[in-house]
Amino acid sequence: MTLTQRDELRAYAHHATDARVNVELETEGMTLNIGPQHPATHGTLRIVAKLDGEQVIAAEPITGYMHRGYEKLVEVRTWPQINTLVNRIDWVGSFSNEVPFILACEQLMEIEAPPRARAIRTILFELARIANLVLFAGDMALQLGAQTAAMYAFRDREYVLNLLESASGGRFHPNFDRIGGLKDDLPKGWIDDTRAALVKIREFCDEMDLLVTGNEIFEARTRGVGIIPADVALSYGLSGANLRASGIDWDLRRDGGISGLAYDDVDWKVWTHPDGDCFARYWVRLQEIREAAHITEQLLDKLPAGPIMAKVPRIVKVPAGEAYVETENPLGAMGFYVISAGDLGPFRVKIRTPSFNNISVASWVMRGVYVPDIVTILASLYFILGDIDR
Amino acid sequence: MRVFAELSYWQQTTLRSVGVLLAVLLPAGAFVQLFLFKLVSFMHNRLGPNEAGPKGSLQLLAEVGKSLQKEDIVPEKADRVLFKMAPYLVVASVLLVYAAVPFGPDAWFTNLDVGIFYILAVSSISVIGILIAGWASANKYSLLGGLRAAGQLIAYELPMVLAVVGVVIQAGTLNLQGIVGAQANGEIFGFGGLGNPFVLTQFIGLAVFMIAMQAELTQTPFDMPVAESELVAGYMTEYSGLRFLLFFIGEFASAGAFAAVAATLFLGGWYLPGLSLTADYMNVVGPLVLFGKMLVLGFIVFWVRFTFPRLREDQLQRFAWTVLIPISLLNILATATLKVVF
Repeated sequence: MTLTQRDELRAYAHHATDARVNVELETEGMTLNIGPQHPATHGTLRIVAKLDGEQVIAAEPITGYMHRGYEKLVEVRTWPQINTLVNRIDWVGSFSNEVPFILACEQLMEIEAPPRARAIRTILFELARIANLVLFAGDMALQLGAQTAAMYAFRDREYVLNLLESASGGRFHPNFDRIGGLKDDLPKGWIDDTRAALVKIREFCDEMDLLVTGNEIFEARTRGVGIIPADVALSYGLSGANLRASGIDWDLRRDGGISGLAYDDVDWKVWTHPDGDCFARYWVRLQEIREAAHITEQLLDKLPAGPIMAKVPRIVKVPAGEAYVETENPLGAMGFYVISAGDLGPFRVKIRTPSFNNISVASWVMRGVYVPDIVTILASLYFILGDIDR
Repeated sequence: MRVFAELSYWQQTTLRSVGVLLAVLLPAGAFVQLFLFKLVSFMHNRLGPNEAGPKGSLQLLAEVGKSLQKEDIVPEKADRVLFKMAPYLVVASVLLVYAAVPFGPDAWFTNLDVGIFYILAVSSISVIGILIAGWASANKYSLLGGLRAAGQLIAYELPMVLAVVGVVIQAGTLNLQGIVGAQANGEIFGFGGLGNPFVLTQFIGLAVFMIAMQAELTQTPFDMPVAESELVAGYMTEYSGLRFLLFFIGEFASAGAFAAVAATLFLGGWYLPGLSLTADYMNVVGPLVLFGKMLVLGFIVFWVRFTFPRLREDQLQRFAWTVLIPISLLNILATATLKVVF
């Protein structure tokens, strides 16, 4: 008997005991419509939950309230223009959206970014990851009612956003990655600023450990809640920290074999947690912030000199063919399947976004939990609406 | 005080009513301005209101004015009478609590012999208001919030009463004025210079009372009835304008009321060591002393509120029945034993 079946049987037994009470009292379930506008869904996700008192019998996430049709829109854009659109998929760690798309184009054009561009690209990728996951840590605390930690997250995220702004000109949407390299070199003094900001980020992680991680109430609310076993996580196609929190050691930064990034040059570690509950997902992400700071510092130490852009024609025409590149984004594995017909723009682009798969497990994991746990589970699965609906 | 006694009955009543309103609104306003606006901004590492008046001191007026301007919306399917009544019930409960709190040797609204018993009884009325609000709103979030508030009542009311019993045993009276007197005239191992504020002997009672108070006030970590990340605003979801303001005042005024009760029971009330217990000037100084003690306790309440995450309803019940109630029962046992021995 697999873990899934055993869990399912346990849920049935639980409901059977409740059923007797329900028959005697003639109670009936209540359908609670959480969303599309609701503080816990930070966006327009809708969850239809069937409740028995405070207990959730069934919950189903319904997406599509913010569908912007990016896959269709990119078909009428030229290759360089698409960058602007993909920036807006995961708007919290924008730069990370550009990377898989640019890498897919580079793969089709058979060009490679120079080493300096690769290193800076990786640095910005990790900074976007920090910007994203710092917000997660604060949001997780906020959803559980701890407001102060959320404010600290917004405060410290600002340091990273300032770095992205001074490098690219855009705080939220850098639009900095180019086919064959980067738009510009780093500004003067940026490296020292980054080192200083990373110290702040490390302090933030320690602060979260003091304020949230060890808190008895936080642990009581998250430990043992929303457990996703490894086989379920795999069958629902989870990726990123959600998968690693279920004990599966899989990270595309290490296992992806991607050529356009500089992860092989540095020494780092993939964090996993065996429990698979909400606390594990929170803990893994917190460690990933620290690891991202660690990676960035190493890359800053050995930043190679040289050009920032490979030789790319003025008018980009990607040769006909197909390419699929998947990278480890803050939210999970994000992939671009690009089909080119050799024109100024793509023929078809399929975007695989991590949040869409990550949220699909919600209906499985939310059976039998209490209403407050819906919020905990949603916060710990960590989705960005733009990343679900694109 | 002789001046007050010479006034006619209607004049005394009017003065008393104005006094109760002041006693409710001043601490409530002070709590909002000091703690909700300024303290929390400091803790959150942000500025907080700083535009309205010098250093944002008039922000409170701006907030009240804003709320008064808003439309008073009643949902179509709501039970209109109950919906409109609920906020008044909540505020009335706070007014009734203040009516029995002594502020000085003669500065009290009523001096009931069963004062603390009365306060514990009327303070629970606000939960009825909340339950009515949750039910009458015809909103599922409100309903869940209202039911959670009712469930919470069962969890915290008993520990709160049991925590007070220790004080009552030690003071030998239910009269709040008597409890203040017992603390002022008490002795610590034969040394009577400081009196004997019951926080020294009833510290377990104070801890249990403060936790139960946190739950009564629906402040984090027990703010499940209004949990904004789950239930939007709980029982207040459908309220707007003046009625929302009344709920808001009720919340912070009852924070002040419970701080006043806790200060009276455990910190010596309006009495401060070194001051007279009977002199006329204490009718002016006493309220200020009590207010200072309320601010200390209120600070703790809001400090906890802005630091901790929220518990789940079943976890609160387990905490109340397996931790708070046994502890307060043991406290009563110990207090009674020591009272008989000494």
